[in-house]
Amino acid sequence: MTLDYKPNLVLSTQEFNVVGTRPVRPDGADKVTGKARYSADITLPGLLQGKVLRSPHAHARIKKLDVSRAAAYPGVRAVVTGYDFQEPAGRASDLTEGAMVNYKFLSNNVMAKDKALYKGHAIAAVAAANAHAAEQALNLIDVEYEVLPPVLHAKEAMQDDSALVHERLAAMSTAAIRAGGILDDDDPRRGTNIANHFEFRLGDLEQGFNDADIIVENETSTVAVHQGYIEPHSGTAMWHEDGALTVWSSSQGHFTVRDYTARLMGVPVSSVKAIPMEIGGGFGAKLTMYCEPVAAALARKSGAPVKVTMNRTEVFEATGPTSGTEITVKLGATKDGRLTAAECHLVFEAGAFPGSPVPGGAQCITGAYDIPNAYIEGYDIVVNRPKTAAYRAPGSPAAAFCFETAMDELAEKLGLDPIDLRLLNSSREGTRRATGPLMPKVGFIEVLEAAKAHPHYTAPKDGKARGRGVASGFWGNNTGPSAAVATVTPDGCVNLAEGSPDIGGTRASVSQQLAEVLGIPIEDVHPQIMDTDSIGFTSNTGGSGVTFKTGIAAYTAAHDIRQQMIERAAKIWDVDVADVTYEDGVVQHKSDTELRLTFKQLAARQVPTGGPIVGSAGVNPPGAGPAIATHIVDVEVDVDTGKVEVVRYTALQDAGKAIHPSYVEGQIQGGVVQGIGWALNEEYFVNDAGQMMNSSFLDYRMPVSLDLPMIDTVVVEVANPNHPYGVRGVGEVCIVPPMAAIANAIYDAIGVRLTSLPMNPGAVLEALWEKNGADK
Amino acid sequence: MAEVWIPPQMQDITGGLERVQVPGATVRQLVNNIDQQFPGLKALLYDDEEDDIMPGLAVIVDGEASQLGLLERVAETSEVHFLPAIGGG
Repeated sequence: MTLDYKPNLVLSTQEFNVVGTRPVRPDGADKVTGKARYSADITLPGLLQGKVLRSPHAHARIKKLDVSRAAAYPGVRAVVTGYDFQEPAGRASDLTEGAMVNYKFLSNNVMAKDKALYKGHAIAAVAAANAHAAEQALNLIDVEYEVLPPVLHAKEAMQDDSALVHERLAAMSTAAIRAGGILDDDDPRRGTNIANHFEFRLGDLEQGFNDADIIVENETSTVAVHQGYIEPHSGTAMWHEDGALTVWSSSQGHFTVRDYTARLMGVPVSSVKAIPMEIGGGFGAKLTMYCEPVAAALARKSGAPVKVTMNRTEVFEATGPTSGTEITVKLGATKDGRLTAAECHLVFEAGAFPGSPVPGGAQCITGAYDIPNAYIEGYDIVVNRPKTAAYRAPGSPAAAFCFETAMDELAEKLGLDPIDLRLLNSSREGTRRATGPLMPKVGFIEVLEAAKAHPHYTAPKDGKARGRGVASGFWGNNTGPSAAVATVTPDGCVNLAEGSPDIGGTRASVSQQLAEVLGIPIEDVHPQIMDTDSIGFTSNTGGSGVTFKTGIAAYTAAHDIRQQMIERAAKIWDVDVADVTYEDGVVQHKSDTELRLTFKQLAARQVPTGGPIVGSAGVNPPGAGPAIATHIVDVEVDVDTGKVEVVRYTALQDAGKAIHPSYVEGQIQGGVVQGIGWALNEEYFVNDAGQMMNSSFLDYRMPVSLDLPMIDTVVVEVANPNHPYGVRGVGEVCIVPPMAAIANAIYDAIGVRLTSLPMNPGAVLEALWEKNGADK
Repeated sequence: MAEVWIPPQMQDITGGLERVQVPGATVRQLVNNIDQQFPGLKALLYDDEEDDIMPGLAVIVDGEASQLGLLERVAETSEVHFLPAIGGG
């Protein structure tokens, strides 16, 4: 294909010296030369290997668990069960940036006690001198199960006579959408699988539909998919003689690792040091943990350091995929295309413990639009599957699949261009959202206008059975507390200490903000991710928050340095501080042009002028600013085999300000690729016994480069007023539109609307046969 | 007075009222004062063990999620919402 335009556009509205440029990432060379150390790379003297015995059943009562034969096996140093972990009370706690945890459920998910709640649920663990001995010992653990009927689907779980995943689970149907609680022992009510139910209402729904000239209804379903990160989970733990514990692991938040591990080990957080390793992908799934407390329990019992590393099957079977969902949307509109009402029902499977991303789905489903009358309800349902974990823009992709395919149908029935329909109804600053609050400044209109003007949108659709689809997506973005400490070196560089694990190039994007303030080259900033003893509390790398919140921490620390530099120069020159300025890395007197010192010159004189110059900041900035994306996709459908090929893809997104455009583009491209996999290939294929039948990358098909065209990006910049450079998070909304956009393109190509994911060849052929009335 | 939007699940306590005017200069004062008008609401919004907003709830003041929770200042014209907090990926 010949491009008739420049790909990967950045529609900049503000230019800076360092911000907005594309330097080589500070961690890049070590990563491509194999020097970077990931979680499983830790080696320690006397390190033991830990292995986990997992339930073969999706739902079973553990009637007997005897580890004595395993403990006696040569080389085995420790065996632990669920009773080696603290089981805190079943109440929810906040973990900042929207994260929340119920420690009882966390403990029970790390290792089962009385019941195995999904295939792969940890039952016991062994530490031995080597992995082989540990694996042999697992075979000697005697478990007697009473196999129970598994509850595998939300609709089945919601029936009054359904088997219960937790006999004493209480529905938490309040506005506080906490992970569900446990009924008191003397409470006569029956437990439930409905962990939560909530609603949002705006305006008069009935009147809204009465005002409509046209109504469209849609019903979609999705199944669990995995984030598919390359690096499996791994954790290493070592206890010290003074009772302190050191934990090494890769995660999206080592302060969370510290806090979770401390709680499950029953020790104060101050006695746990979590050391962040490099991370080989997370996408939300490494906001929680599995291996670290198991390694800590084994290490405590054995008196030696222990490493626990999952294999790929364990990652699939025992860590959180995203939810399976059932969603319905009903839209009303006037004949000129104004939305008058929206009614949305979202049912999300949470897995074995409460806490699906249904709040995210419910709050994002209408987020992109101005709809005066709305009703939204969400259900959080426990089933005998692995506890779900976050996955980019948690909840929003499945919601958009239903809503945005309904919008496409509405545009078709109204005879409107699908982008024009969205423009007519787009959210803007001040729009009343269906959930109540007013929309902050957002760039939906600018993104839609850029999409409509993009050459892709009007390019000819050459070829047989080719179709084009568009869809939009919304995500709120998150923020949270963060810390930065910047130390000026004698040769005029800056060592930047921060607490945000770098999962997407944020060492660079945070350093650029510091370099911009100080007017120094980005190469002179040396970022490091510090352990939990060495930097202030920093909330998770999640919610697309790091470049925003840790960027503000670095920006603030840099201003601290600037002020100290001004004061040092004033001292050297014996002038008033108010007469000294700092600009582009040079400190100078306002009127005496001979009084001038560069950053490097002042850095060399820092010690004799008052000691080391250290800038620091601890922040918790509000106003992360919402993110909006619109995608255009062309597909070609092979009507004989049902295979759908993505032949062209353009993703447009409001980034506020792209601090490092290459990494913004990389985030967008990565999100799109994951969305394409979700749309066309990926699914947990689970049998009636609740066992995943495709728990390897050979059978769980994720797209690779040969499956894909170049993902073209357009970065639109509508500055977030709450950030000094206008940053909005970029890593999540990019996965929201692809499934709907591809479904809409398939409809354009072959005239059938697919309402279930994945839209694999079998599903496409079934739909074609049904449309054509052909024999199968 | 600030306008507090009552979550649908709590509107049985307010007799179906969706929005109420509440005096107070901080979210903490709003939560205390709203309980005077509609006893029982505070127990759903406030975690007395942690002296904080109930876990899993976000406070939205004038369109922005507050990072200060009970300590957030509100103006006479402010609009305050209590919504489920959303975790990122």
